[in-house]
Amino acid sequence: MTDTVKRPTDPQTISRVVVRFAGDSGDGMQLTGDRFTSVSAALGNDLMTFPDYPAEIRAPAGTVNGVSSFQVHISDHDITTPGDSPGVLVVMNAAALKADLHRLEPHGLIIANADNFEERDLEKAGYTSNPLSDGTLDGYRLVEVPMTSLTRAAAEPLGVKARDAERSKNFFALGMISWLYTRPIETTLEWIDRRFKDLVRDSNRAAFLAGYNYAETTELFEHPYQVNPAVMPAGEYTNISGNVALAWGLVAAGQLAKLPVFLGSYPITPASDILHELSKHKNFGVRTLQAEDEIAAIGMALGAAFAGNLGITTTSGPGVALKSETLSLGVSLELPLLLVDIQRGGPSTGLPTKTEAADLNIAMYGRHGEAPLPIVAAKSPAHCFEAAIEAARIALKYRTPVILLSDGYIANGAEPWKLPDIDSLPDISVPFQTELNHELPDGSKDFWPYLRDPDTLARPWAIPGTPQLMHRVGGIEKQDGTGNISYDPDNHEKMVHLRADKIARIAAEFAPTEVQGDPDADVCVLGWGSTWAAIDAAVQKVERAGEKVAWVHLMHLNPLPNDLGEILKRYRRVLVPELNMGQLCRIVRANYLIDATSISKVQGLPFSVSEIEQAILGALHD
Amino acid sequence: MTESAVAVTTKQDWMSDQEVRWCPGCGDYGIMHAVQQVMPEIGTNPENTVFISGIGCSSRFPYYMNTYGMHSIHGRAPAIATGVAVTRPDLDVWVITGDGDALSIGGNHLIHALRRNVNLKILLFNNQIYGLTKGQYSPTSEEGKITKSTPFGSLDHPFNPLSLVLGAEASFVARTHDLDRKHMMETFKAAHEHKGASFVEIFQNCNVFNDGAFEDITSRKVRDESMIELRHGQPMRFGADLHRGVTMGKDGQLRLVNVADVGEDAILVHDETRADPGLAMALARLTHGDHGVTPYGVFRAVDRPDYGTMLNAQLAHVSDTKGPGDLAALLRSNGTWTVN
Repeated sequence: MTDTVKRPTDPQTISRVVVRFAGDSGDGMQLTGDRFTSVSAALGNDLMTFPDYPAEIRAPAGTVNGVSSFQVHISDHDITTPGDSPGVLVVMNAAALKADLHRLEPHGLIIANADNFEERDLEKAGYTSNPLSDGTLDGYRLVEVPMTSLTRAAAEPLGVKARDAERSKNFFALGMISWLYTRPIETTLEWIDRRFKDLVRDSNRAAFLAGYNYAETTELFEHPYQVNPAVMPAGEYTNISGNVALAWGLVAAGQLAKLPVFLGSYPITPASDILHELSKHKNFGVRTLQAEDEIAAIGMALGAAFAGNLGITTTSGPGVALKSETLSLGVSLELPLLLVDIQRGGPSTGLPTKTEAADLNIAMYGRHGEAPLPIVAAKSPAHCFEAAIEAARIALKYRTPVILLSDGYIANGAEPWKLPDIDSLPDISVPFQTELNHELPDGSKDFWPYLRDPDTLARPWAIPGTPQLMHRVGGIEKQDGTGNISYDPDNHEKMVHLRADKIARIAAEFAPTEVQGDPDADVCVLGWGSTWAAIDAAVQKVERAGEKVAWVHLMHLNPLPNDLGEILKRYRRVLVPELNMGQLCRIVRANYLIDATSISKVQGLPFSVSEIEQAILGALHD
Repeated sequence: MTESAVAVTTKQDWMSDQEVRWCPGCGDYGIMHAVQQVMPEIGTNPENTVFISGIGCSSRFPYYMNTYGMHSIHGRAPAIATGVAVTRPDLDVWVITGDGDALSIGGNHLIHALRRNVNLKILLFNNQIYGLTKGQYSPTSEEGKITKSTPFGSLDHPFNPLSLVLGAEASFVARTHDLDRKHMMETFKAAHEHKGASFVEIFQNCNVFNDGAFEDITSRKVRDESMIELRHGQPMRFGADLHRGVTMGKDGQLRLVNVADVGEDAILVHDETRADPGLAMALARLTHGDHGVTPYGVFRAVDRPDYGTMLNAQLAHVSDTKGPGDLAALLRSNGTWTVN
């Protein structure tokens, strides 16, 4: 720190804080929150973020519908969620207060941009009187700051026009919060210098410093706070979002498989960032093609797989529906193919920018005919890296389409990630078929494209360009072995069973299922996907309260682990929290004949810790 | 192409051991034989050749070729073939499709493959009917057609395949028909030599559900007077002793005339390399709707960079400027901190 002004008081150390930045869609709240997160990550705090923004690029300014928020939880200990309720709410206008006040914890701190609580702002936000003065905020701590006019005053002397200067007010807010939580200013100033040019840079710098100094000198706050670095395992860390981790996992999978990566994709929220990220990395041999539609995107990926690439397509729910027919062809052709589904609220367009995990059913069953395929689910932003490699591994080893499920919450959320040792990553390469594989009665040899590996039941992957192995594949049922067209009834039944057995056999290589929490409890929580964060925190809270609860979190949803049924049967109660109407719950009830209980939430939001905690406590004491 | 030498093959090398299951008398047989016969002349290898089809009678085609092949999904062959062609520029990729497959359920993929100029040879078997589903009208069936699904006559206005693909800025556009093996072979060869997307419409007779659909154009009796063979650099003349020809009036309309009436100099000379597709479009629509005098041959063959070449050049360029991918560096690219 270079400042020499004496602080009002020394920082008070706290263990964690949840800050929520809320403003109009055009106010730059995502950028502000992201910046605060990066600085906190570099300080060594553990953290988790939750960007929460509307589907409209710019909903009418000043309205509740146009509010864009970014919540970040920073901590000096291991955390997995972005926090149930913020302790600090920064609101840039009246609409933001209206939209997010209910989230703030009791006695929480509100830092309000007083300039945007004029009569017209209140009207647009749906207030009939000013909440800053009418008693609405009794029970909270309120700090009113005329951020817009202070920003203007800071930037105008630099030659910045008044309207342009106002656009830097998010940096004023960032400056205030940076002081309040003793974040260093240099890294943010350097970042501003890299990111912006000319007057915009000057204006943002001025606003940021003005906000910082304003917080320091006006004694609005009793003292700043210090959140010490978290005690985390030694290692090198980066701050990563789920979509970037997933994209890097796909790049890594290509390297580990020694195959060129091909991504066919059509833009769709919240998956597009994977297309954007992968498009940057052509020097890894990654080819990306923005297709004319979702169907073409997976078709191209399948064609690329046939030609010897790691073929991938990325999408969200509506796109999964469109790709269904090609997935079935992939099941029939028995080629490696990876479909990444970043789930969002549905059905139809639903809640495109909000999270949900209601595509398990379509992943399991959303194909015509008997067409089982493996399903892998990521549980956190950083885990997307590992999950992508695992999904690719299964696709390649078993020559099958695989669906990798992530969701909007972990796709856009970010957390610190301890970088893996590259050398410890698995070798997922598989050999191409290069030789004739079947002996004829006369001793000569020919090629049978459906002659299976006896262990994995995978068929040979013989790619075009390989001498002697010319063969045809197609969607029509094939004769076992030769792969020739066959309408024989017994052969069809055999092939249906072979394809199902191949997928079922994958479970044999899974490590024994880990039971977390207290395995001797009589209640078990069964989770999958992004509910991991809230379940983890809830299980810890329950344990700290002296209660016992067990927890199993699944990465493989199809096939399920072979030991799962036996494990679940040990418990008096099995709770299945899901951001859907109980899709996994129905599967385990059907598979294991256990009376599992669905804990369902479909609000476009992740579970809060307390929701899971209450469900556990309820089950413990019923 | 990576073939270092011209491969020496015979027609037999290109025929698979599978029983051909089209209806006896189907026009598809003639097309298949033309393809199998022209492949040795093209000089590539079966192992470097891929046939990808959609769904329909014609889409059974890959099973009968001793190459790599995929019988895929209705309409999707151009998309799937794109994935093969842009990742494997060493392969010779052909798409076999029909009028329903390419122009109805797969219309989107066809126009985008052509727009991108993916290095594909697309053969569209146009029989103006749905054969595999036993006789419904297709997007190229004439208005008023009586079929199982249109017992009172079809209300649909048909596509003219060539004007559709010219609108999509296809770089190679040709038409041939199933009764002229020599012309088919010549056309397929020209399509193969073209770098980028080649589109060939083949008039194909479905003798079960739409027999004689092109008889008034292609039968030997009328062919000379009803078909204009387009030859690059040659006047557009046809008929006995080439007494008929094509001219363009001052109003921009193409007209069929007697050469004797207008003089030889007034007859248009075919230029397949013309950048502006307008004249090719006008020729393609010379007789839209009711059958009449119909041009065939190569309408258009222009040079335009193909997608796969550009994509692979971009990969090479990025690797040259950024250096080969380094996974450890990638994971550190957003900044890191160390916990001791």
